[in-house]
Amino acid sequence: MVKIISIREAARMIKPHDRLLISGFLAVGAPERLIDELVALGTKDLHLVVIASDWENRGVGKLIVNHQIKSAQVSHCGTNKAMQAQMNAGEVEVELVPQGTLLERVRAAGAGLGGVLTPTGLGTVVADGKDIIQVEGKPFILEKAIHGDYALVKAWKADKRGNLIYRKTARNSNPIMAMTGKITIAEVDEIVEVGELDPEQIVTPGIFVNYLVRSGE
Amino acid sequence: MDKRVLIGKRIAQELRDGDFVNLGIGLPTEVANHIPSGVHVIFQSENGMLGVGPQPGTGKEDPDLINAGGGFVTQLPGCAYFDSATSFAIIRGGHLDITVLGALQVDQHGNLANWMIPGKLVPGMGGAMDLVTGAKKVIVAMEHCDKNGGSKVLKQCSLPLTAAGKVSLIVTDMAVLEVTPAGLLLKEIAAGCTLEQVKAATEAELITSNKIGSFGEE
Repeated sequence: MVKIISIREAARMIKPHDRLLISGFLAVGAPERLIDELVALGTKDLHLVVIASDWENRGVGKLIVNHQIKSAQVSHCGTNKAMQAQMNAGEVEVELVPQGTLLERVRAAGAGLGGVLTPTGLGTVVADGKDIIQVEGKPFILEKAIHGDYALVKAWKADKRGNLIYRKTARNSNPIMAMTGKITIAEVDEIVEVGELDPEQIVTPGIFVNYLVRSGE
Repeated sequence: MDKRVLIGKRIAQELRDGDFVNLGIGLPTEVANHIPSGVHVIFQSENGMLGVGPQPGTGKEDPDLINAGGGFVTQLPGCAYFDSATSFAIIRGGHLDITVLGALQVDQHGNLANWMIPGKLVPGMGGAMDLVTGAKKVIVAMEHCDKNGGSKVLKQCSLPLTAAGKVSLIVTDMAVLEVTPAGLLLKEIAAGCTLEQVKAATEAELITSNKIGSFGEE
């Protein structure tokens, strides 16, 4: 069953060397309060899986600026100078992953798959060292699943079963990250009673969610 | 005519009524300002939206409604939101009619390099590799030469590729080039440019015919 806890309790569960799946696209749809609490705790040596490294003062960018990230799988880091600097200095080990591939690799883990076959990256450095699988005469790159210890996501509303709905483009990677964390913590703007959300509108079923925290606590 | 306007206007003429289109960040966004009258296209944004509308007025911004460049946008009637994996299923799965992207280099084999300069700039590929791999038609929007006057239209890209052999059309401030199995076909020359100027600014070999058109007349 889903438990409602404080942001502090949630952030304290995360330990050095944990693998974090964090949602958001350029910080829209990112769990800002959970990130702020992690920054306050200063938990180090984290592995980060995220679409982009966001901005220095928004989204996961704050964890990077605070030197809490040891390694990352990310599709874009051009908006965060701290990330660029730490990459160049060898402080953060970065695997650049095409965005669509990143999402499918994370989704695969949550869906119990070992990986996916994708044409994205064929003929580029992304294919280096990877198995190329022919399916009906067409080549695909074998891309392995990406697992996470914790998924930190942001939703608009949750009910007390952990069912989640999102707003507009703040949905982005949230449903994917949510299904894959061994433990998924959802930061939400509002928690409503069971039965108050229209079952047809629910995007992330509560079975994927372990803890709820309130963004406005 | 301003180079961005020249390029954006010419690419807009490639759009057909009902096309699903993804515009990359920067120069490609100019295309949206020049959609021919009577043509209605649906813009996709890879952060999870179809039916992207124009920038909102000051004070009307919604913090949960941005495009892939991080700019505030609006939703048009018929708009749909979806998660990022669905968005890339649209992109990679061949459902988009056209994607327009910028380039650092492009070559006569239809190869595109636009995501990194080793040792200098490593922003990452974001969604570009998926877009170039999956869209039905890949149009490159770029200036013909770099800041130092060096050609960006090459025999062979020297920078790490975004995708191999996927570019269909290249529109620059000097020319419209079609990628064919035989090489780059010079289709049109910008008003005010000569064939000799285009050839001099192009490292790749150009296939020319006696039917070269022109574009960008005021």
